Amino acid sequence: MSINEQTQFPLLETQGLTKSFIATLALSEVDFTLHAGEVHALLGENGAGKSTLIKLITGVHPKDAGTILLEGKVIEPRSPGHAQELGISAVYQEINLIPTLSVAENIFLGRQPMRFGLVNMRSANRRARELLETFHIDIDVTRDLSSYSIAIQQIVAIVRGVDLSAKVLILDEPTSSLDRHEVETLFSVIRSLKKRGIGILLITHFIDQVYEISDRITVLRNGLKVGEHQTQELPKVKLVSEMLGKELTDELMVQNGQQTNGESEHETFLQVRGFARRGMMEPFDVVVKKGEIVGLAGLLGSGRTETAHLIFGIEKSETGEAYVKGQKVNLTSPQKAIRHGFGLCPEDRKAEGIIDDLTVRENIILALQAKMGWFNHLSRKRQEQLAQEMIDALRIVTPDTEKPVKELSGGNQQKVILARWLISNPEFLILDEPTRGIDVGAHVEIINIIKRLAKEGKAMMVISSELAEVVDYSDRVVVLRDRKKITELEGDQISENTIMQTIAER
Amino acid sequence: MKSRVFPLLITFVVFVLLYLFCLSRFDSFGTTKVICNLLRNYAYLGIPAIGVTFVILSGGIDLSSGSIIAFTGVFCALMIERNGMHPLVVFALILSIGTAFGMMMGVFIHYFKIPAFIVTLSGMFLARGGAYVLTTDSISIRHPFYDEVSKIVYIFPDGGRFTFAAGAFLAVLVLGIFLAHFTRFGRNVYAMGGNETGALLLGVPVGRTTIGIYALSSFLATFAGIILSLSKHSGDSTIAMGAEMDVITGVVIGGTLLTGGVGYVIGTFIGTLVPGVIHTYLTLDGSLTPWWIKIIVGTLLLVFIGLQKLLGSQFDFFKLFRRPPLRAEQQAQ
Repeated sequence: MSINEQTQFPLLETQGLTKSFIATLALSEVDFTLHAGEVHALLGENGAGKSTLIKLITGVHPKDAGTILLEGKVIEPRSPGHAQELGISAVYQEINLIPTLSVAENIFLGRQPMRFGLVNMRSANRRARELLETFHIDIDVTRDLSSYSIAIQQIVAIVRGVDLSAKVLILDEPTSSLDRHEVETLFSVIRSLKKRGIGILLITHFIDQVYEISDRITVLRNGLKVGEHQTQELPKVKLVSEMLGKELTDELMVQNGQQTNGESEHETFLQVRGFARRGMMEPFDVVVKKGEIVGLAGLLGSGRTETAHLIFGIEKSETGEAYVKGQKVNLTSPQKAIRHGFGLCPEDRKAEGIIDDLTVRENIILALQAKMGWFNHLSRKRQEQLAQEMIDALRIVTPDTEKPVKELSGGNQQKVILARWLISNPEFLILDEPTRGIDVGAHVEIINIIKRLAKEGKAMMVISSELAEVVDYSDRVVVLRDRKKITELEGDQISENTIMQTIAER
Repeated sequence: MKSRVFPLLITFVVFVLLYLFCLSRFDSFGTTKVICNLLRNYAYLGIPAIGVTFVILSGGIDLSSGSIIAFTGVFCALMIERNGMHPLVVFALILSIGTAFGMMMGVFIHYFKIPAFIVTLSGMFLARGGAYVLTTDSISIRHPFYDEVSKIVYIFPDGGRFTFAAGAFLAVLVLGIFLAHFTRFGRNVYAMGGNETGALLLGVPVGRTTIGIYALSSFLATFAGIILSLSKHSGDSTIAMGAEMDVITGVVIGGTLLTGGVGYVIGTFIGTLVPGVIHTYLTLDGSLTPWWIKIIVGTLLLVFIGLQKLLGSQFDFFKLFRRPPLRAEQQAQ
């Protein structure tokens, strides 16, 4: 903290920063300070307002209210370019450099050293080499950027940002696709930037890395700042509870809604052993039994969706084996998974599930028709009958089977996706965030449907960010952290407290 | 080894092999006569091809060059013969008109977000239509200035005639190489073709550059029209029909990737001359009609695109080992 004592003002400060998009308040009166020479981690779950804050600071979006101060002076960034001129650079997880240009050209694009009115590449190459050497990175700067690893590309982006006289460097999920060794390299670059007095705002969902590199932590939730702490003074479990918005309660148990039936009653449907994929998930084992709900709990980026995708074959597992009802099976594509009776309702129903312009009937029939083959056509009458059955069974609110799905509410859209899978009668259903973005009434209904399906004997795996919900319906809870399965909780162990403590500590 | 040099290397090797083969069959390929004729006859394709190289490097396309060549020829003929203007004044006028036309296309592409294919396709119809509306006659140009220009020629000892058109072609080539590699404009063009959003975020003035690119392309097409007018001594609205396709062919054979970001101006130069060499060979050989050139060039084009694809997939192949897989959540967003 010696550096910021020299200056009167914090390097970067926001006061009462507010932004709303159409109807939703994305950021509400957030005060945030970043000092010179510190690494400040910005944490929060989906929709917490992290990226909104960044986008306001870097001028991607205009703010609704509040002030941004750089070294005590009010600034109004109009665009990322303008923010860069002011001294604020951002490096995103998806690197926005030019893969087909050389490393040196990427660093000096738009500001190449000139001689006699012409671009002087030799000088650019030399200066690029010197810049990278100050970070102990020794590479051939004349080679295409695309020939280097993501870590190097990221460092090139950082070097470019810093060389543009950055005072503030924003790193958005810089480590999410790096391996341990690459993370080390990046961290050593971050440490040397810190020594130069640059203020670094770090967004990451790797809690361990937050404790490794950051000096301070600000936690956002639902657009509000919920805490600001010195990293060393904040216990991990407190951090997790702030991020999830759950108070740690003294009472040991929060009611687990499921009756823990005798284990032997359930027949094992799926057993996965040692599934893993580099950069995605560490090896994990999981068992799902018929009539049982397995909840997947963890923070954003802990590997919940990845686990589901590996099991469903969207991403191929590089190791391990899977057994369905004791038979060894190959789960290398969704088609194969579907053939074994799997179904998956994806997290983002807009992007991956629902086809907006098709009718309720067409959306419901889609998977079944695909399974039967397109030449084995279902009669229109049969389609209508099946769709109507589902509408009744799931109580989908729609005047008829022919309404375009986009005109339904979020909860009803979610039910249509569920219906799509249920109609082909899967034995095992994976639901990824089935209750996100739907209203309270529909929320309860969806949870009841999930419970009913398990009671009917289906094997279920449900991913949810809502701890209360996971605790309510799960027979077992798999807890994930940093792309690793940490533990599995059963019966009386299942409570919000234990889940939070597990995420934080083990 | 820089991987982006490979397509150029292929072009170069193919050209050298082709030329050596021709040389082994006909000694005249060793004379300046053939070389000068190639430069002279292909200048009107090679000059706009250098402009179109910039367009394709930026990730765009330009279909208007043939029509602009024709419009330029007709405009020059009319202004000189019917209005009695001096050719140099007419040239200055038509070059400004051509450049403004290209700028307009750039404006439509950038500000109205209309695909370059559509904008330049309508540009092609506009310019060709404009030429027909001006006149459907073929107008001869008899102006002392034209005669003076045709006298500008260097004659090699073995009889090769290095004309004004050939000189202009080489001059444009040299300027094109400088523009591409030694100016910020040129580097910005490469950056845009490599990753347009990235270029924008890195502070490349994308709008200004886009307008500049299409202005340059139309300027060079107009200039090619002037060169053609000078060598033909006439203006004809049906000339250079489909030349835009020959121009694009030259760029692609020259190793510029249609996806943008990778390519070289010198490659375009070679790529434009490849059909020329084949054409010369067929003419000298005489056993096949020169129309076979279309079939050969068509095949060649396929082979080149095939090779580029192969190379492209090889890059991806190696990337599999370098890059960690895409995060599932990234795909979900």
